[in-house]
Amino acid sequence: MPENTAVVNETTEPVKAEAAPAKDAGTGKPRSLWSDAWHDLRRSPLFITSAVLILVLLSMAVFPSLWTDGSPTEADLANKYLKKPEWGALFQPEWFGYDIQGRSVYNRVIYGARASITVGVMVTLIVTFLGTVIGMLAGYFGGILDTLLSRLTDIFFGIPFLLGALVILTAFEKRSVWVVILAISFLGWTSMARVARGAVIQVKQTDYILAAKALGASTFRILTRHVLPNALAPIIVVATTALGGYIATEATLSFLGVGLQEPLVSWGVDVAGAFRSIRNAPYVLIMPSVLVSITVLSFLMFGDAVRNALDPKLR
Amino acid sequence: MGHYVARRLLQMIPVFIGSTLLVFLMMYALPGDPVRALAGEKGADPTQVAKLKAELGLDQPILVQYWNYLTGLFQGDFGTQIASRRPVADVIAESWPVTAQLAIFALVFTAVVGIGMGVVAGLKPNSVQDRTLLFITLLLVSIPSFVLGRMTQTFFAFQLGWVDPNVSLEENWYELLMPAAVLAALSLAYVARLTRTSVVENLRSDYIRTAVAKGLPRRRVVGVHLVRNSMIPVVTYLGADLGALMAGAVVTEGIFNIHGIGLTVFEALGKREGSTVVGIVSLIVIVYLIASLLVDLLYAVLDPRIRYA
Repeated sequence: MPENTAVVNETTEPVKAEAAPAKDAGTGKPRSLWSDAWHDLRRSPLFITSAVLILVLLSMAVFPSLWTDGSPTEADLANKYLKKPEWGALFQPEWFGYDIQGRSVYNRVIYGARASITVGVMVTLIVTFLGTVIGMLAGYFGGILDTLLSRLTDIFFGIPFLLGALVILTAFEKRSVWVVILAISFLGWTSMARVARGAVIQVKQTDYILAAKALGASTFRILTRHVLPNALAPIIVVATTALGGYIATEATLSFLGVGLQEPLVSWGVDVAGAFRSIRNAPYVLIMPSVLVSITVLSFLMFGDAVRNALDPKLR
Repeated sequence: MGHYVARRLLQMIPVFIGSTLLVFLMMYALPGDPVRALAGEKGADPTQVAKLKAELGLDQPILVQYWNYLTGLFQGDFGTQIASRRPVADVIAESWPVTAQLAIFALVFTAVVGIGMGVVAGLKPNSVQDRTLLFITLLLVSIPSFVLGRMTQTFFAFQLGWVDPNVSLEENWYELLMPAAVLAALSLAYVARLTRTSVVENLRSDYIRTAVAKGLPRRRVVGVHLVRNSMIPVVTYLGADLGALMAGAVVTEGIFNIHGIGLTVFEALGKREGSTVVGIVSLIVIVYLIASLLVDLLYAVLDPRIRYA
């Protein structure tokens, strides 16, 4: 980004700043932080690679039948028990071999995308919403409300995440996708609340908030129209980076036996089940793990690209 | 300084009480009955269950139970296990040292390798070494630790036969090195990335320019001025991470069969042994709180501009 001279500093300029001159585009139109970031993103190879990967993964989650005609639960134990992969058979059920039940690993990997990505996306949405609301209230109003909410955040933050999730999830014998999503969200909102609180405190002290107050804008309007849009950048960065982590968390919980369960198809369930045959058929473990890694990596790169575009310090 | 520490210690009390209460509620308010579980599949005699519950204090309201637990805790009494009738303090004392050792190894590994990688990468932004190290860290972050653990175990123990797949009961320190490395992998990657970002940012700061301009040797500029000042976000992360490493040991201990608190918690959860679970989680909360206090005190050591009155 060194050639980009249009610097919009998020801490001093409001989003719709008319002041930032866009010198390089030649359009003569001023750009906001967001359109400036978008301008950068379109040229970032990191962003394009990760966005393409994410679209591919989403297509697996939404339309698995585009990728395979087979079924993830169809098992042929007699003929296909741990049958070796045929690496030449691209996009065919036998591509990645068969698992200990005689099920196609390829079909399961494709169909597993939905549960894993649902957990990642939903947890991110819930955590971002909860954390932003709590952080914004604490940061904007300050005083006793801030003290209370910050201590509440500290309390939840103090509980080790993995152990907390274990405690909650062992209580449920039948665990649907939603139980897992809610358990992870219940413990996971704290870092988002801290980031949001910090960002809001910074925005609160700016002149345009004072101006909005002076013009008689209601608190709700100030919060939603002025504070939130200007505090959003760091929140989005944390959210995109964390998404991959939640997918890995789902897999870890399944490995510990408290995540998603059969007959649900998810990468975590498959990875956990694959350890029984790790020495004879490592591919049964490796293929879903690779998918988990690719997903985590894509969202991480996506988050990095977004941060590079939004953080004026890195320009 | 003394005032600051005292105030921080006081602030820890509500957080500690809140965290333990939360875990307590999660443990006891959720379904599952440890006394009934004792009887197994056949089901227990209701009068016996009631008698045992009264003996253990499990028939009282949940907040009364919590109060009794907390007052016991401040007298050093962690309660007793329901099935074995062993004091929880004994169980913890038995499993705690291994996990502490494992977590400290992992923390040292994280700090040394992570900061080293970060500084090497950050000193030459966008160079080949920077990009390579960034790629390695991305890879480490994207592999879930249980996959990494199983893969290193399969490779080094089963394929090469260099180490035993399981840590022996003697728990020699060198046997913990591989599990500690696996446990550290994720944090190591984050620390390397944090250090790199911080070093790159500080490289452009005025005090570095001054240090170079007044002719200090490069070793001093990097070692004393640059790295020391870049350590604040890293140390913050490391402090919060010690507790997470101890909790993350659940996975590592399961894979390498280490009899630490992770396995103990896991077994206790299966039997709904509330006192054991809450006791161990409380200890980890205390570790986390003390580590974060130490980190805040370290700020003043690292950055001379920070003073605690």
